[in-house]
Parts: sequence; structure tokens; C-alpha cells
Amino acid sequence: MIKVLFFAKLRETLGTSDLEIDYAGTVADLKAQLSMRNDCWAEQFAQENLLCAINQQVAADESPVSEGDEVAFFPPVTGG
Amino acid sequence: MIKVLVQVEDFDAGAEVAQLRSTASGAIVQFVGVMRDNNQGDTVASMHLEHYPGMTESSIERILVEASERWSLLGCTVIHRVGTVLPGEQIVLVAVSAAHRHAAFQACEFVMDYLKTQAPFWKKEQLHNGESRWVDARESDDRAAARW
Repeated sequence: MIKVLFFAKLRETLGTSDLEIDYAGTVADLKAQLSMRNDCWAEQFAQENLLCAINQQVAADESPVSEGDEVAFFPPVTGG
Repeated sequence: MIKVLVQVEDFDAGAEVAQLRSTASGAIVQFVGVMRDNNQGDTVASMHLEHYPGMTESSIERILVEASERWSLLGCTVIHRVGTVLPGEQIVLVAVSAAHRHAAFQACEFVMDYLKTQAPFWKKEQLHNGESRWVDARESDDRAAARW
């Protein structure tokens, strides 16, 4: 199992903050898998500026996701 | 010498600066970000700050380590609030101490520019008219961070 977290506007739009799924592969393929849930998810994961972190480290589309990982998706940050 | 706090409560900037003062610290620069009651022409009633517990703290620590590698610093403190913030309230403190002012000024600005573009915080504004909206990331912040 991996844990997937969603933050801010993405969390609100999807209507969920986290889920646990069986998955191994790249971030890009994970996004493709999540996009198959429905049109809303597809639209959200098609956003080019969506950011990703694996185990709280910034990750890219080609980064590998393994068993037990915590993967987070979120919009560009607006702190400070 | 590195202190990072992410908290709901307000902070005492003066007390934090006092902690950075020593016989070696010839210069202390502090930046305090304050919430404005106006954004993009709309009156903002309050703001909610969301973060990614764990990653937010570690990403700020990484920024401070990088600042310490670029400039000769004696201490650096970052306090960033989360939760609900009202107009006029403090949002963020960056305080840097160094032997000389040049390093302290530059490092303070560097840390602030990186905070804006790399630390996982998200702002949602509650407008005076009852609407709420997520604040969009600004290109000007990306440009400010890119110059380092």
C-alpha cells in the first residue's frame, strides 16, 4: 500500500485529503491511474503546474513510487 | 543556530531578535510579513493558511542550511503561522544574525524568496463579501527566487 495525500485547492476540488492504494510505478503512471476515477480527477491531474512529493521530498513525473511511500500532490505554494 | 517553528499562535518578533543577539553578531536583519486587508482590489476579512506537516518544517530547514552555506551567518530563525490570520496580524518572521550587515540583509531576502516559492504553505482568503478563494502563486515570486 501507498498513502496518497492531497492539499489545498486540489484537496477541496477532489473532496478528499488522502487515500491508500496498492501501487508501484512512476508518479506519471500514478497520476494516470488516479485520472481514471472520473472527469474531475482527470482534469485535476492534467494540470501542468501540479507538484508532487514522495516521502516529503520534491519528486518529478519519472520518480519511482514504492510500497510504503507517502506521495503528496499539491498546487504551487503560496506561503510567506 | 537554526530555529524553525510552524505554529497557529502569534509570535514575539522582538524576543526572537533578542535571542539572536550576541557579542559576535554585528548585524541582525528581521523581516515580518503582515496580512493585508486588500488583495487584487478586494477587501479580505481573514486568511487561512494550510501546510504539509513535516515537509513544511524540513523544507524551511533546508532553505536555512543553504543560506548558511552561501553566507557566513551566526543564527537564523523562521516562524511561520498556519490556521486563521486576520488583517494586521503577523504571518511570518525571518530573522538573521551575522557579523556584518551585507550577509544578514542578503540571507534574509534569500530565505524569504525561497519560503514564498518552495515551502508547502497555501493561503485561502475569505473576502469581505462572503466569498472565499485560494491565492494563486505569483510569477513575480518565482522571478525573485530565481535571481539567487
